[in-house]
Amino acid sequence: MRKRLSSMDTAPDGSNLAGVRHIILVLSGKGGVGKSTISTQIALALRHAGKKVGILDVDLCGPSIPRMLNAHGQDVHQCDSGWVPVYVDQEKSISLMSIGFLLERPDDAIVWRGPKKNAMIKQFVGDVAWGDLDFLIVDTPPGTSDEHITTMDALRPFNPMGAVVVTTPQAVSIGDVRRELTFCKKMGLPVVGIVENMSGFVCPHCTECTNVFSKGGGEELARHAGVPFLGCVPLDPLLTQSLEQGKDFIKEFPKSAAYSSITSIAQQILDGVTQGS
Amino acid sequence: MADVPENAPQHCPGTGSSDAGKGSACQGCPNQSVCASGAAAGPDPAIEEIKEKMSTVKHKILVLSGKGGVGKSTFSAHLAHGLAEDEGKQIALLDVDICGPSIPKIMGLEGEQVHQSGSGWSPVYVEDNLAVMSVGFLLGSPDDAVIWRGPKKNGMIKQFLRDVDWGEVDFLIVDTPPGTSDEHLSVIQYLSGAHIDGAVIITTPQEVSLQDVRKEINFCLKVKLPIIGVVENMSGFICPKCKNESQIFPPTTGGAEKMCSDLGIPLLGRVPLDPNIGKSCDTGKSFFTEIPDSPATLSTLIIQSSSIICNHVF
Repeated sequence: MRKRLSSMDTAPDGSNLAGVRHIILVLSGKGGVGKSTISTQIALALRHAGKKVGILDVDLCGPSIPRMLNAHGQDVHQCDSGWVPVYVDQEKSISLMSIGFLLERPDDAIVWRGPKKNAMIKQFVGDVAWGDLDFLIVDTPPGTSDEHITTMDALRPFNPMGAVVVTTPQAVSIGDVRRELTFCKKMGLPVVGIVENMSGFVCPHCTECTNVFSKGGGEELARHAGVPFLGCVPLDPLLTQSLEQGKDFIKEFPKSAAYSSITSIAQQILDGVTQGS
Repeated sequence: MADVPENAPQHCPGTGSSDAGKGSACQGCPNQSVCASGAAAGPDPAIEEIKEKMSTVKHKILVLSGKGGVGKSTFSAHLAHGLAEDEGKQIALLDVDICGPSIPKIMGLEGEQVHQSGSGWSPVYVEDNLAVMSVGFLLGSPDDAVIWRGPKKNGMIKQFLRDVDWGEVDFLIVDTPPGTSDEHLSVIQYLSGAHIDGAVIITTPQEVSLQDVRKEINFCLKVKLPIIGVVENMSGFICPKCKNESQIFPPTTGGAEKMCSDLGIPLLGRVPLDPNIGKSCDTGKSFFTEIPDSPATLSTLIIQSSSIICNHVF
């Protein structure tokens, strides 16, 4: 097998993204389906597999990642090559950049129209000194508007690997995600696959599984759209609890229901990278 | 910087700035003379037109949340259904979520088209007294993506408020996308002459959601929009088999109740997770009439909220 050319060979010289090997965008037309959850869990699972991972949170009006990784309240520092991302662990294996770090008070609202958001995103893409990364995961807000167009425009020279598209099983969510797939097509962004989140809840009292938000919509959509289906992540109180407290779910709950699905999604991403070589 | 056009030259000072038309960046801009004359600095004439149009709309209520997927559209749709139970009242539901319109599906109106009449766009009617408008009605296929930046979204919202033939309306409910950006600023700006009664804010119990909702509340304070109250959705789940309750989205920081008491705003109520609610949204039926005696309190909440809203506005 031919060794994969790292993006370093093609990326514009001297850029802060020159040392980043693979860029993955996490998208969904719908809000609250778990984009940030899936972004953080994929990052943690890839770290678990020995990779160096960066997360860029371009959700400017509702940044969730800092809390989910217990990094809220930290500050961003400057260095010669730009902004130093926040490292969430001592080994510096996960680095993170979010507007959450730039707010004076955590409850401050970012009341910005498009052009200001676009300027911020361009800075995030250009000015963060990521160093060498195996993966950069870009978490996005819901929709197909300013943030998405600008992020894609800024990342295009670095050939992103593709998009992980997150949905929940019900029809109302699938409807928005179909539009997101059209966005990917129009932008020329390959779809790595679809993840169906919040797929079924196993009652901790009687182990009965209830499909709180219906079931199977994500897989059906993947088939309909002819893109890979990466798997279902069940509603798991241990996962939501971990996100609330900023704990490493992958490390702490390897026996839980959501663990195997998340690690399998991460594995498929890793396989995709080797196959693409 | 809200008044810098999308296609403006670099370093445009903004059309409302005192330097408009005079800065070095303005040299060669086709609109330089317009800006220099001060014409662009005045308020958008649409605000006055919308005020005129909205004179037949008694009350305007916004449904907001900083967080996505918490149930804004579900609540908006059911509030509309709930208020429309009174046949003597005329209700309008406007969906300004341009990139992710869910209202057509939830109201069972997918595939409907908007018609043009002499007095503007005709909204789509679910009942004689319930009119709906959404960008979803303007799309050719369910796969069509609306890949628009701010100014185009704002233009659409302006048209929805100015060019839709709403007629005599008692309540206009405006369902919004998540966040605190273009759509929200535009709705509030365009309705600034017409008076908005207030906002209902939707959240789920966990801190990850509340932290975004606090931002939305600060946004309301910033733009001086009164808050009618907060609804906590997806609050606990009762297993249909063993009837025990689980916290799928745990209120680790006290949930909406604590947030509301900290911030001194009313909590309108809580709605537990109920698979039937999701199902009725997917099939476009009103939960209110379909499953009136389900254990979930959506129906109760809607009744309560309707009466709170009626008391609030009258």
